[in-house]
Amino acid sequence: MKNNRFIIFAGLLAIIAVVFYFATNVDQVEDKETKMKVAFVYLTNPGDHGWTYAHEVGRQQVQEHFGDKVETSYVENVPEGPDATRVIRELAQNGNDMIFTTSFGYMEPTLKVAKEFPNIKFDHITGYMRAENMATGNIRFYEGRYVQGVVAGLTTKSNKIGYVAAFPIPEVIQGINSFAQGLKSVNKDATISVVWANTWYDPVKEGDAAKVLIAEGADVLAQHTDSPAMLQTAEKSGVFGFGQSSDMHEFAPSAQLFASVNNWGPYYISQIQKALDGSWTTGEGPDHWAGNTWKGLSEDFLVLTDFKNMPSNVAKAAQEARDGIANGSINIFSGPMMDNEGNQILASGEVLDDGGLWAMNYYVDGVIGKIPN
Amino acid sequence: MFYLTPRKEISLFFTISIPIISILLTIIFGFFIFSILGYDPGKALYHFFISPLSRLDKIADLFVKACPLLIIGTGLVLCFRANIWNIGAEGQLIMGAVFSGGLALSFSETQSVWLLPAMAIFSFIGGALWALFPALLKIKLRTNEILVTLMLTYVASLFLDWLVRGPWRSPTSFGFPLTKYYPDVALISKIYFPGIGNISQLHWGVFIAILICLLCWFAMEKTVFGFQIKLIGDSPQALRFSGFNESKTTITLFIISGGLAGLAGMIEVSANIGQLQPNISFGYGFTAIIVAFLARLNPAAVIISGLLIALIEVGGDSAQIALAIPKVVTGVFKGILLFFLLAGETLTKYEIGFNYNQKSSLND
Amino acid sequence: MIDALVLTILMTSVPLILAATGELVVERSGVLNLGLEGMMLMGAVSAFALTYVSGSLLVGLLAGVISGCLTAAIFGFFVLGLATNQVATGLALTIFGTGLSGLIGSDFVGKAIEGLPTVFPETLSNMSFIGVFFALDAIAYLSVFIALLVWIFLFKSKYGLVLRACGISHNSAHSLGYKVLTVRWCSILFGGMMAGLGGAYLPLMLTPHWSEGMTSGRGWIALALVVFASWMPSRIIYGAILFGAITIMQLAGQARGWTIPPQFLSSLPYIATIFVLVLISSKGTAKYLAPSDLTRPFISSK
Repeated sequence: MKNNRFIIFAGLLAIIAVVFYFATNVDQVEDKETKMKVAFVYLTNPGDHGWTYAHEVGRQQVQEHFGDKVETSYVENVPEGPDATRVIRELAQNGNDMIFTTSFGYMEPTLKVAKEFPNIKFDHITGYMRAENMATGNIRFYEGRYVQGVVAGLTTKSNKIGYVAAFPIPEVIQGINSFAQGLKSVNKDATISVVWANTWYDPVKEGDAAKVLIAEGADVLAQHTDSPAMLQTAEKSGVFGFGQSSDMHEFAPSAQLFASVNNWGPYYISQIQKALDGSWTTGEGPDHWAGNTWKGLSEDFLVLTDFKNMPSNVAKAAQEARDGIANGSINIFSGPMMDNEGNQILASGEVLDDGGLWAMNYYVDGVIGKIPN
Repeated sequence: MFYLTPRKEISLFFTISIPIISILLTIIFGFFIFSILGYDPGKALYHFFISPLSRLDKIADLFVKACPLLIIGTGLVLCFRANIWNIGAEGQLIMGAVFSGGLALSFSETQSVWLLPAMAIFSFIGGALWALFPALLKIKLRTNEILVTLMLTYVASLFLDWLVRGPWRSPTSFGFPLTKYYPDVALISKIYFPGIGNISQLHWGVFIAILICLLCWFAMEKTVFGFQIKLIGDSPQALRFSGFNESKTTITLFIISGGLAGLAGMIEVSANIGQLQPNISFGYGFTAIIVAFLARLNPAAVIISGLLIALIEVGGDSAQIALAIPKVVTGVFKGILLFFLLAGETLTKYEIGFNYNQKSSLND
Repeated sequence: MIDALVLTILMTSVPLILAATGELVVERSGVLNLGLEGMMLMGAVSAFALTYVSGSLLVGLLAGVISGCLTAAIFGFFVLGLATNQVATGLALTIFGTGLSGLIGSDFVGKAIEGLPTVFPETLSNMSFIGVFFALDAIAYLSVFIALLVWIFLFKSKYGLVLRACGISHNSAHSLGYKVLTVRWCSILFGGMMAGLGGAYLPLMLTPHWSEGMTSGRGWIALALVVFASWMPSRIIYGAILFGAITIMQLAGQARGWTIPPQFLSSLPYIATIFVLVLISSKGTAKYLAPSDLTRPFISSK
């Protein structure tokens, strides 16, 4: 009996040894290549049809644009925190020349790894910290929301607009206020009710929030969360809405007025091109409130889909607003501007600069309620 | 069908070989899954099991990932051994982080080296308090602790969420849900090896985690307290006859397991994050339950099982980076490994017999 | 406006009623299945995938029920066949189910389907006050009906008595000649079917598309609900409506400018559950207590 056990035991050890032997042999194939290797770190699965999806589209454009010259890869579902540090470091060790980290929460991890790998280029999306080899990029998302506000103001009959928002961070508040500025420019009576979902992505909760807003009388919905659930709810209830991050019209063919599409492709392509040319830089000071690349409609970083489900005069007003922002004739946050408690933010003739945009902690006139906390 | 008979004694041979067999079965199973999904199974398995062990710095990462699992897992082993089902370690971890974080943030200017030990004590208290409530309910009212600890986990995570979005939010975070940074003295430093320097992120918390596992093993095997724990688990009547106080032991175990979970939270934040944020744990408290079981409720074996689970987690990322295997496949693979290991545990404890003839005893 | 809010609350509570009723039966028989989230996700993805492929909602619903049942069978095999620890196995099931549902669903992300229709004609549902109760879909009515059936089964039938006996003391039930494991197998499979149906309701009715992990914690809320209902099927129904109301009012309150922190409202179901648990264990009769053999594996001496 004892002998038997010894034999089994020895057999097991032998199997393990064999498995190890074969397994260690497989990895020897990865040879050094001359291609530039670019990696992307995603917060969720690219199938979210929102934030990460837009980055994935950008990555595919990069691959198409550069063809054989550049090799791209991505890692999905990377939680913000110590796991991100480990994943980014492993990407750096695996011979990537450039790494894009596509969520605000990757700021610290990216910075940490950037310091360890001075020869690799890091590009962090939506953050404000930089290093010698870490650049930041961002889109002026709020510009599209002004156009949404214009369309909403001309579309609504109840004069109640519902807005499903994720978290009270500056990017989202800029969006709400910009929407309100657009709304007021065409319709002085309409108001915006904001519901904070406290999540970027929870389709059922986003759908619930939309239902609640519709029940409260809203007939045009906007969202700053990632799933198409709000639009689907709008479609079912016969009200209108706007797509977020990507074109969502297949989810709501008769409800989507238009979508603001985050167009990361041009940014990624230009950054990679600069890296290939040797002209890649990380801009001015290391700690700055905004990205060194922060562009919107004018540079096609933000693209609006076709204006649909609206009469031609509304579509025309929308196009004018879009072009106005793009050519600089419309300044979204210009005085006189009041917050919703009656305090004056900008006097007549004043305009808000980028620093003021990132310090927004108030709702402008036309938005109901208070920012949480 | 088959039936189970408890083994009279659990042999060392089974204890060692069955987990190995479970892992081998998972590997074979994984081989098929990866082949079916169109990935090179050899490469995939290499990245899951070997690649994280292929370099010193990757092994260090493994220990860093396993650190909270070891600390929580060993506390849970003590509990589970006494038939006390604290499954709210996740919430206790969060409360530990909140308590220690509160201390670190209120002394953000201090240079004192005593801040870190004080934070450790605070985190222990935070976790222990969160576990004390279900403990008291259990001994006073015989309320089911599984359910109370589970509910309290959600309350704790919502509490942290509120803190970092509200009162504790840093004025310089641009509205993002982050607290201020901890002062430098509140951070756990990396281990410095003379001649080598730091190895990846390997920090002193890992050292403490292993120490705690060994201490708990010693307490369990060599002390009267350990004897009491086993006695409660195996036969509470005998405990009462022998004059020990069951309630006291129960409360002590809740405090220890909750406190250790709290400590794990503090170490995780102080060593890896440096500030509080809405998510600090990623399910360590729940994963540690599985770790405790895989260790067969032996505190020293927690070191191995904790590292094994960390290996799968880290290996999943590595497989994704190298072969673009989606994260969901990792989940499936992890689930299968757990199932095999759990089945293996049964094989260690019971003999499985089959009866084909007696229809009447089908299943019973 | 109030009607629409009430309707939303009712719809939110349907998956909770379904999953919790199933889990109630499982727990009454002495088994705790923490894999609810995993089973719901499997139900959700199968229902969506088959509805999309076949174009038939009925096929989708059936697929949800069956896959929930199959996922539960894995759990049953381990906790009953191999007497593994129920807590650990349940957690493993959730990990497995979350992963597998994501894998199956990866081809269906971004696809849309038509949701379930309502049962009654619009003239009925447009009535004021009571109209909202005629504005639901078939599954919603079915969920209440099932909860009712479970109540009758558990407390008015002999088999229900046997099932409860297995939960209170499997050894006594065994010595009286009842097949404890068979009873528990049936309960677990039933629980899986209900969880699968509850999961199926999400992509078929609430938001007609599939996304990874779309239950986002509803399985855990259903688990709390069972305790909140003190293992009584009737209380599941109003418990679920109460939980649904908290979820919805927290959103509606914001739209109306209330300033209560949403985290506080979100934690209410859990706090209430603990409160109920304390209440019933301090002065409840045995009828409302947790089954005393909950989570204890039954090993036949044979």
